Amino acid sequence: MSDYRVLPGPEHFLPPAAASMGVRLPNPGEAHINGVITSEENAYEEAARQFLMANVPTIFPGPLVLWAWNEKAAKKATAIRHLFNTLKECVQPNQKPMLIPMPDYRPKYPKINPEIEINPNHPNLTIWHNKIDCCVFIGVHCHQANLSLKIIRGGTSCYTIAMCAQAGHEDAMLSFRDASVDKIMRLADTIKRLKGTVRPRLTPVKNAVSD
Amino acid sequence: MAETKSLIGTQNTKGQTYTDPWKLLHEAPRTPSFFTGSEVIKEAIRRASCDVMIAYPITPQSEAAALIGELFAEGYVGDYFRGESEFAVMSQCAGAAFGGARVFTTTAGPGTMRAMENFPMWAGARLPIQMIVTCRGINSPLSIQPDTLEIAYLLNTGMLVWHAETAQDFFDWILKGYIVSEEPEVHLPLALCCDGFFVTHTKDVVNLTPADMCLPPYDPYRSPVPCMDMECPPVRMMRDPFVMKSNYISYATHASWQQEIWAAVERSRKHSIHWLNGLIDTENTDADIMIVASGTAVSQGREAIRMLEDEGVRCGLVKVKTLRPWPEEEIREATKNAKHIFVPEFNVTGWLAKEIRATIPNHHRVHAGPHVCGGMTMPPEIIVSEIKTALGMKTFSLAGRGS
Repeated sequence: MSDYRVLPGPEHFLPPAAASMGVRLPNPGEAHINGVITSEENAYEEAARQFLMANVPTIFPGPLVLWAWNEKAAKKATAIRHLFNTLKECVQPNQKPMLIPMPDYRPKYPKINPEIEINPNHPNLTIWHNKIDCCVFIGVHCHQANLSLKIIRGGTSCYTIAMCAQAGHEDAMLSFRDASVDKIMRLADTIKRLKGTVRPRLTPVKNAVSD
Repeated sequence: MAETKSLIGTQNTKGQTYTDPWKLLHEAPRTPSFFTGSEVIKEAIRRASCDVMIAYPITPQSEAAALIGELFAEGYVGDYFRGESEFAVMSQCAGAAFGGARVFTTTAGPGTMRAMENFPMWAGARLPIQMIVTCRGINSPLSIQPDTLEIAYLLNTGMLVWHAETAQDFFDWILKGYIVSEEPEVHLPLALCCDGFFVTHTKDVVNLTPADMCLPPYDPYRSPVPCMDMECPPVRMMRDPFVMKSNYISYATHASWQQEIWAAVERSRKHSIHWLNGLIDTENTDADIMIVASGTAVSQGREAIRMLEDEGVRCGLVKVKTLRPWPEEEIREATKNAKHIFVPEFNVTGWLAKEIRATIPNHHRVHAGPHVCGGMTMPPEIIVSEIKTALGMKTFSLAGRGS
């Protein structure tokens, strides 16, 4: 097993891809935390804990769930809305959950509007602008998600979670695989269960601000 | 969304049954058949549920490309045509793959070199195209004979690169190649190489799976990039995307994109090990002398080992099956006991020996040779001679008979 750990950054001017450092993806039924394979049960608990601890826990839904291009996508979108509502119910008043879409992957210049979207080509702008310290990617194409997760790890201290419908992401600090409506709902249930048991960070997070 | 699994057990228009790939390749009955390597390529593609095949004639792959034309005429391949050149072919393959097709092509030697610009583009665009490379000479003066130098150029394209030893490898690996390269976390093109003529134009007994069973079709909805989105990279190449900008984040995006391609090569490791039963095969790894080779140099090495055994010299063998992903740990482990490591190759530069030297500790153990190139054969006697010379044993020149 690799000694490399996938941790919140800012890690490096150009951080390596975790896969190239020997981090392996989980098998079905597993997840990873910081690059170490673990059970899905542990991952639900840790993801919920990170969300409840964060100042600005944020969900980034991607194109695969933003449009009802099939029945499954529509159901996932409903589940993601439920996850967001659960999050809002479970955090304290001074925490600020956000739902910011990644509507597409078009390079947008001179800049995106970081208050309304995140783009894989410059995700750090959205993270910095909104002081996001924990986020989950859902419904983003795998290549674009990895691109973004690596840039976030390189230049911000945001804790990243991937709810991936395929094989998962080494470049996130925590990754599920084979994401389904059930798994999204289970994450929401875990957040609800842990409500009140996790102490929010509520302190400025290093480099989570734009200074 | 297309559900590939749900198609297993159903039939295609040719009456072939979409079969679970593991069952197809490991449990289905096999029929021994006496075929050339080119015919074996055809038989593998018959079972590969291939949507598009495009090629341009160049020796020694032309026969395989022509035979697949017969498959098209019979209805086993969705579309088939000859491009204007190898460069055009590989660009057309990209277009078909961007559109969500399972794509197959064949090329060789100067054709590979002519099309080279496309291969990093395929990898960067995460297109799981499969390309057979029937290696031959690439330099001037012209040679159509076996020579593996072109593989060296493919190693840094971001493609998966496998090197088949036999026609049986070829048959199995064409089918397994699609399975590995289409995994969503891999989703890279595969250059499946063999030594031209030695494999393509000689006959061998190959155990074939039933012709009425085939791979499930490619599911483009599992792709890690959206297929055919004209507004987004990688399809959108120009018109103010990040590729044209000069600022830190533009460079960072590019850098991360490249890293992701090589991360995908790494991710193929797990699947390649699973499907190929390891990235290398080994024999006698406790021996002081090891031969490490790929392609038909493995066969010659195996024969050299038998000849050395007759003389009381014990020798081990490492057959390198995948060059990308590179079996670094496996080679280190397999050669840890060796005092001498010989790397016979069919090319002038010795690219495999260089890779091995960069991989193992005490790399002075590596003897880069023997080499042949330009179409020369590699008699096992010259491997034996190289080994005996290094060991200080008496050996005879095979080059001639003196004045």
